[in-house]
Amino acid sequence: MNKRAATKRGELPRYRSFHPGTQPEYSYPPYASTQKRCPTQPLVVAPQTLSELTGPVFGYGDIKPTDNDLTRQHRGEPIGERIVVSGRVLDENGKAVPHTLVEVWQANSSGRYPHRTDQHDAPLDPNFSGAGRTMTDAEGRYRFVSIRPGEYPWRNHYNAWRPAHIHFSLFGPAFLTRMVTQMYFPGDPLLEYDPMYNSIADQKARARLISVFDWENTVPEWALAYRFDIVLRGRDATPMER
Amino acid sequence: MSLYASGNQTVGPYLHIGLDWLTTRDIAARGAKGERVAIEGRLLDGEGVGVSDGLVEIWQANSHGKYAHPEDQQKKPLERGFRGFGRIPTDDQGAFRFTTVKPGRVPGPGATLQAPHLVVAVFMRGMLKHLATRIYFPDEPSNAEDPLLKLVPPARRATLIAKHKAKAVLEWNIVLQGKNETVFFDF
Ligand SMILES: [Fe+2]
Repeated sequence: MNKRAATKRGELPRYRSFHPGTQPEYSYPPYASTQKRCPTQPLVVAPQTLSELTGPVFGYGDIKPTDNDLTRQHRGEPIGERIVVSGRVLDENGKAVPHTLVEVWQANSSGRYPHRTDQHDAPLDPNFSGAGRTMTDAEGRYRFVSIRPGEYPWRNHYNAWRPAHIHFSLFGPAFLTRMVTQMYFPGDPLLEYDPMYNSIADQKARARLISVFDWENTVPEWALAYRFDIVLRGRDATPMER
Repeated sequence: MSLYASGNQTVGPYLHIGLDWLTTRDIAARGAKGERVAIEGRLLDGEGVGVSDGLVEIWQANSHGKYAHPEDQQKKPLERGFRGFGRIPTDDQGAFRFTTVKPGRVPGPGATLQAPHLVVAVFMRGMLKHLATRIYFPDEPSNAEDPLLKLVPPARRATLIAKHKAKAVLEWNIVLQGKNETVFFDF
């Protein structure tokens, strides 16, 4: 914690607003389900108070050390292409977000989730549940081992397919840094047809949800690697720091 | 250095696979002090249909008005085991229910004090970025002076205040569209 920032009540530095175009709108007609679920009244702009500048704190005691390896949750190994997914969690000031919880979930290699509402005609894998979590280290780094998820169809429009993706959920230090996003894979031909990916108007911001092939973290004769850095909201400098 | 925050994306329909492990329906489980209360309601879409693939997360202070977070430097007691976090998936009818203690008052902007409230994040399939709202308590005189409630058009304030349903049970619904549409905040 930044002690200087918290010395006087009411002087906690605020989080910056999102940069225009970098976040999806609640109503995005190409993603049909948004239409009955988006607010129709304008959001009420409100000051950031202690309630939003704080948020739940998780620790290493909340997870098991093996929770970041999705290939070791069952007796056998899952079918599919083994991958290492790693990166850093930073804030908008470029500072590491240390010791924060990262949750992931994904389809198996054939594009199927072990979920009662997933009716896709593709095989379940008894050795793959598709969920993991970890804490970032002191430098904001995280690492998962998994298998490359398959693409899967959905009913948004005729012949709709989701590009391969991994869902990410992050907390950061405050209620205002909470973020859920999806990581995509480089070169996926389905991205240009995907309403979720395209819901982010700014092309550069969109592209930052695509992981980068990560040669340095590949493990010879074992796994390819992808790098995915995530940026959470950052705070303005305090008047004292300016 | 100046970066832009990453884009949010929906939790999708299979959110439970990744998020159920941390389901927390009893926010004040281990003997925390305070007035015990259950809060139940439904998450309703624009046609009044319950959203079965949704999730609410709660963040709150303890009954002394203290957040279990290093940036809350008020001289008020923390309680062992009280994290102040809840995560409640909706059921097939879009219903959710959790139990907690009524939080104490916490400071607002300037020299103001906020009325007791829970902070709520709402996630679901069909929503690309979560929504933020609040739950306030009925029969609470301090609601009249709450700095955030004051910003809400008077006709819509009731959407943020839970109603009595039974002894120690409150009802609070999340209405995404239409008449009685819940107030959501942009911080
Ligand atoms: Fe998915």
